[in-house]
Amino acid sequence: MGRLLEVKGLRTQFFTQDGVVHAVNGISYHVDEGETLGIVGESGCGKTVNVLSIMRLIPQPPGKIVGGEAWFDGRDLLKISEEEMRQVRGNRISMIFQDPMTSLNPVLTIEQQVSEALMLHLGMDRKQARKRSIELLEMVGIPEAASRIDDYPHQFSGGMRQRVMIAMGLSCNPQLLIADEPTTALDVTIQAQILELVKQLKREIGMAVIWITHDLGVVAGLADRVNVMYAGYIIESGPVKDIYGDPRHPYTIGLLRSVPRLDESVKEKLIPIEGLPPDLIDPPPGCPFAPRCQYQIEKCLKENPPLETVARGHMVACWVDVKRKGA
Amino acid sequence: MTKYIIRRLFWSIPVLFFLTLAVFVLIRAIPGGPFDFAGDKSLPPSVVKNLEAKYHLNDPVWKQFVDYLKDLILRFDLGPSFRYKSRTVNDIIAQTLPISAQLGLVALALALLIGIPAGIIAALRQNTMVDYTATFIAIIGVSIPAIVMGPFLIWIFALPHDIGGWHYEPIFPVSRWGAKPPFFLGFLPVPDLEFWKYAILPAFTLGTGLSASIARLTRASLLQVIREDYIRTARAKGLSERAVIVRHALKNSMIPVVTILGPMFAAVLTGTFVVEQIFAIPGLGKHFVTSIGNRDYPVVLGTSLLYGVAIVIANLAVDIVYAWLDPRIRYD
Amino acid sequence: MTTTTPTSTSKDNILVDVRHLRMWFPINRGIIIQRTVGYVKAVDDISFFVRRGETLGLVGESGCGKSTTGRAILQLYRPTSGEVYFDGQDLCKMKGEDLRRMRRRMQMIFQDPYASLNPRMTVGNIIGEPLEVHGIARGREKRERVQELLRVVGLNPYFVNRYPHEFSGGQRQRIGVARALAVNPDFIVCDEPISALDVSIRAQIINLLEELQEQFGLTYLFIAHDLSVVRHISNRVAVMYLGKIMELTSREELYENPLHPYTQALLSAVPIPDPVVEEKRRRIILEGDVPSPVNPPKGCNFCTRCPVVMEICKNEEPEFKEVQPGHWVACWRVGH
Repeated sequence: MGRLLEVKGLRTQFFTQDGVVHAVNGISYHVDEGETLGIVGESGCGKTVNVLSIMRLIPQPPGKIVGGEAWFDGRDLLKISEEEMRQVRGNRISMIFQDPMTSLNPVLTIEQQVSEALMLHLGMDRKQARKRSIELLEMVGIPEAASRIDDYPHQFSGGMRQRVMIAMGLSCNPQLLIADEPTTALDVTIQAQILELVKQLKREIGMAVIWITHDLGVVAGLADRVNVMYAGYIIESGPVKDIYGDPRHPYTIGLLRSVPRLDESVKEKLIPIEGLPPDLIDPPPGCPFAPRCQYQIEKCLKENPPLETVARGHMVACWVDVKRKGA
Repeated sequence: MTKYIIRRLFWSIPVLFFLTLAVFVLIRAIPGGPFDFAGDKSLPPSVVKNLEAKYHLNDPVWKQFVDYLKDLILRFDLGPSFRYKSRTVNDIIAQTLPISAQLGLVALALALLIGIPAGIIAALRQNTMVDYTATFIAIIGVSIPAIVMGPFLIWIFALPHDIGGWHYEPIFPVSRWGAKPPFFLGFLPVPDLEFWKYAILPAFTLGTGLSASIARLTRASLLQVIREDYIRTARAKGLSERAVIVRHALKNSMIPVVTILGPMFAAVLTGTFVVEQIFAIPGLGKHFVTSIGNRDYPVVLGTSLLYGVAIVIANLAVDIVYAWLDPRIRYD
Repeated sequence: MTTTTPTSTSKDNILVDVRHLRMWFPINRGIIIQRTVGYVKAVDDISFFVRRGETLGLVGESGCGKSTTGRAILQLYRPTSGEVYFDGQDLCKMKGEDLRRMRRRMQMIFQDPYASLNPRMTVGNIIGEPLEVHGIARGREKRERVQELLRVVGLNPYFVNRYPHEFSGGQRQRIGVARALAVNPDFIVCDEPISALDVSIRAQIINLLEELQEQFGLTYLFIAHDLSVVRHISNRVAVMYLGKIMELTSREELYENPLHPYTQALLSAVPIPDPVVEEKRRRIILEGDVPSPVNPPKGCNFCTRCPVVMEICKNEEPEFKEVQPGHWVACWRVGH
């Protein structure tokens, strides 16, 4: 499988009144053709800013991509012209967002919004685009697509709206679909429908997916590989079974322990990660997770550990070997 | 939607009724009557008595009100003018309203043509020199009253100048209105050169203040809309910035602008006193103001009622436009 | 159709007893005069009880009526019909001063820690206000109590004079908890208290709530849509759908032996953070969307999406009855 996307040393900052927010701090990762990469982390960890940077959708000001490369199809997306970038967006790389209530334009019909990309990138005329739009809506499971295509977003339920967004995202047959928390705002049974749909479409179309979420359960069922992010760094990365079965970073371990699981016996007390989320404006030296880490040693407060391979395809950024400490 | 319109029109009847009642009572409550002149203009008491009898001013107030309503509803007769003996209120309105309306329409059109693009540009170039300049000009436009702007423009454009040995003839004439009845559809003028020559200066004077408000509101609204999630979605689809603004952002940002346009429309159509005075335009504005000093009761009532109706219709129109702009707004 | 009410005959020490609660919101239409043409049946005839010291979990998806239930019990909405017995007294029949005094004993923790704290009040004022309003403490005594409460929820008492915006989401939620505790209530309705928080903070708040329950002998109604969390913190769980309770039982029973098809589908839809398990799971995927609470289906509310629907389900509503000891279900396939 070929390499589809290669990100090297991506660095993005926001210049605000309170100071410079170090949102993404030199991360490197890749996505291969046809694979699903899950990016997991909490709010502020940089997972969203990361992909918005690749898509060059960061508002500048106050944001700025201050360094790094993002190689896609033989070109560095961060260096090509805006004109060329627009041909990539919605066409070769598509993005769907979190809140389907607000991500669709309330005053335009579904047809107008879905046909737009088709007419822009694939050069279809109105009639062709409408026909293809109806096909797309049927593909994502919207009943009576031919008549509902003239409805407005507010006439659809949340789950249906997200399906519309997926249809929009897939309309030009992208090679990479970036999904930023698309099911977080949905009910759990609707989420299950959407996840099934995405899995099915992946099998049929064979596109690669970057799935961003904070829900460890969703990633477990969907991803091939996982990046765990914290404070703008990737602190652990590897195949999904390794990350869940053999987590090496204290944050990952802490996260997995603090989440209640439906299939385990209930008397297990949750073990929370103590402390507060990190300060992105004035980060202390050393590992960003050190203040909350129970395995912390002196070195952790002074130097920030780099990502290093600890097993096949499995990388961790930590000074401590937690296996020996007996997690 | 139809039911909604009917309901609104129905409820406007009590509104207008109470408006009429309030004005009716208030104008009679202030001291002084229509025929109380002082000094050399004063009329002999017998004449005053006859005049008051002729206009039924000695009847009890409630009876006068009922009679007024009867004439109004049954014959659309707003009564005679106490001041202008040979004219009725209906005449006055018929002659002056079209002119005020024409001035108002041109001013409003100008305001929209200048204001909305200015607001858009300022929003898109937020916090740059372009934005600051536009905002600055807007504030100036709003702050300079017509009393200053009008004569200033007249001085520049309507008077001859001798500068540096050159003699400049005035560009735009004033002190007339370039359109005479009969009007198309009752109030639209023949848009020939004559009309525009006389209309441009007063419309500009009136329009600059309006355009400033429109520009500021457009700017604020657009700034908010650009930050919405669906704009990000539109950009993620690879649309050009122009397409994003025109196709996705504009319609959404027009709602606050439409909100002020309604009352603005009503106000500007029924005439503006100051501008009409400065440019000597025979519009309705003059009558709004002078009738009160004259205690010309029917004219006061007639103009107030007219304004009330204009506001009711303007607000209803605004609400209907909302429903067109935003399909989520549905009346039943 | 009647539901038999899950009341216990023995001395089960019941604190809250809800019977046939209905919360219908009128829909008004009309040209000149507005008439009521229908109702949004947010809560449609539910009955359950909560024992002293236990946690009853109320779970369901959006629009099922769980939040409305919480508010109706506390009389934040006046119920359309039904009874809510709190320690033997029917809250629905109380008003004015009597009801206000009752409010000391029942409190609520809200979902959005960013919206439920008044941004213009200091933390001290937010927590201290109920003390003043109910005449519990004033002046120095009040201040001391506020600081005590901050300590209890794990915040530095020094924060008394800070404003909500200076705190993180998790800390704000702790302030909300402190405010609810200020009046020493017996009963707290927790309305989705952790949904708006980061994953690593949720466990902190869950543990805090559990500790406080032990320390102060609190009774909770825990409302949430996250089944994993509800199962963890509750003793018994009620599953709601479109304004009705579909199943009510102990948390162990609910997971090991879910009887209602909706519960089964819900359980199968919850993702489990374990790829090995996820790979092997067979999901029950429900078709379509939740029907509108204005026009619930004839018969069982779930019949439009039920994977094992029968003819009778579409015509008659099943009775909510106790099919096994302590296990209540409303389904034609179970126990009929």
